[in-house]
Amino acid sequence: MTVFVLTLIVLAGSYVAGLVGSLTGLGGGVVIIPLLTLLLNVNIHYAIGASLVSVIATSSGSAAAYVKEGITNIRLGMFLEIATTIGAMAGAMLALHIQTSVIAVAFGVILIFSAFMSLRKKKEQINTHKSEWAEKFKLNSQYPTAQGKVEYGVVNVGGGFAMMAFAGVISGLLGIGSGALKVIAMDGIMRIPFKVSTTTSNFMIGVTAAASAVVYLQRGYIDPGLSMPVVLGVLLGALTGSKILVHSQSSQWVRWVFAVIVTFLASQMIYNGINHKI
Amino acid sequence: MASKKTATDVDIQHIIGWILRVGVISSMLVVFIGGCLYLYRHGHEQVHYTDFVGVPGFIHSASGIINGIFTWRGRAIIQAGIILLIATPVIRIIFSAVGFVLEKDWLYTGITMLVLTIILLSALTGNAG
Repeated sequence: MTVFVLTLIVLAGSYVAGLVGSLTGLGGGVVIIPLLTLLLNVNIHYAIGASLVSVIATSSGSAAAYVKEGITNIRLGMFLEIATTIGAMAGAMLALHIQTSVIAVAFGVILIFSAFMSLRKKKEQINTHKSEWAEKFKLNSQYPTAQGKVEYGVVNVGGGFAMMAFAGVISGLLGIGSGALKVIAMDGIMRIPFKVSTTTSNFMIGVTAAASAVVYLQRGYIDPGLSMPVVLGVLLGALTGSKILVHSQSSQWVRWVFAVIVTFLASQMIYNGINHKI
Repeated sequence: MASKKTATDVDIQHIIGWILRVGVISSMLVVFIGGCLYLYRHGHEQVHYTDFVGVPGFIHSASGIINGIFTWRGRAIIQAGIILLIATPVIRIIFSAVGFVLEKDWLYTGITMLVLTIILLSALTGNAG
C-alpha cells in the first residue's frame, strides 16, 4: 500500500471515528486503534502514539467551549490532574516494557466496558453534602442550568483520586482518553453532577494525554506520517459531530449501534492478543 | 469579596478557553501544511508500519525538527505541529497557575505547579529510560 492510499483510508476512518465518538461521548481513540491495528496491520505502538495525539486535539477543542460556559470545575480538574498525570506517566513507562499482545487484550476489555458505559442512562444528581476534604481543597462549586445556578458538594475525595490515578494509567498505557473511567470517578464515586463530570473529564483528558505523549514522543512512537491523517480526521469528525448534536435530541440508537461495533472490534483485539497476532 | 473572586474565575475561564482554541487551530494548520508537503514528496512510496522501528532520525531531536522546518521537510513540519498540540494543554496549565497567583489562591498555585512538575519529570524520564 502506498503512503497516499493509507493516508486517505486513515483520514476517512478517523473522520467517522471522531464523528461517532463525539455523538456517543466515547473518544475517537477507541475506534482508531482497532482500525489501524486490525484493518491496516499497523504496529500497536504507532497506533497508540497517533491515537494519543488525536485525543489531545479533540479534548482541547471541546474543552475550550465548555470552560467558557462555566460548567467545568477548574479547581477539581487541576486537583485530580495530580492523580491522572502520575498515572499516565506510569502507564506510558509500563507500555514500553510489557508485551503488545497484553496491551491488545487490556485494550479490548476497556473498550467493551466503555461502550456499555456510554449506554447508561444519564440522570443528573445533585449532592449537597460537603465532605471535609472537599472543603479543604475548595472542590465544592456551582454550575449553570436552565433553572439558574445550582450548588453541589463533593464527597469521597480519596476514592475519586485513586480511581483517577487508575484512569491515568489506562490512558498512558493504551493511548486513549479513558473518559469513561474519569466520569466514573467523578459522577459515581465523588457524586458530582453528570454534566460537570463529563466536561471536567474532557478538560482533564488533554493534560493526562500530554503527560504520556511526552514519553511516547521521545521513544519515537509518534510517527508524523500516521498521526497527520488521524489527528486531522478525528478533529474534523468531532466538529461535525458537535454540530449534529446541537440539532438532534436523541442519539440513543447511535450509542447502541456504536456499542455493538465497538464490542465486535474489542473481541477481535482480545482474540488476536491471546493468539499473539498483535 | 465573594463576587470579586468569581469575576477573576470567569476571566481565567475565558483565557483558558482562548488558549485551547488557538493552540488546536494553529497546530492543525501546521500539521496540514506539513502533510501536503509530505504527501507531495512521499505519496507514492510504500508504507512500513507493521514492524516497530521508531520515527526517522531527523525528526527525533529538537535540532533535527528545526533544521527540517527550514529545509521544508514535510514530516518535520508535521512533527512541529504535533509538538505544538501536545504543548497546548501544558501552556493551559501555566496560564491557570498565573490565574491562581492573581487570585492569591496559593493552595491551587501549588497544585498547578505540582502537575506541571510531574509532566516535566515525565518528559525527562522518557528521554533517560
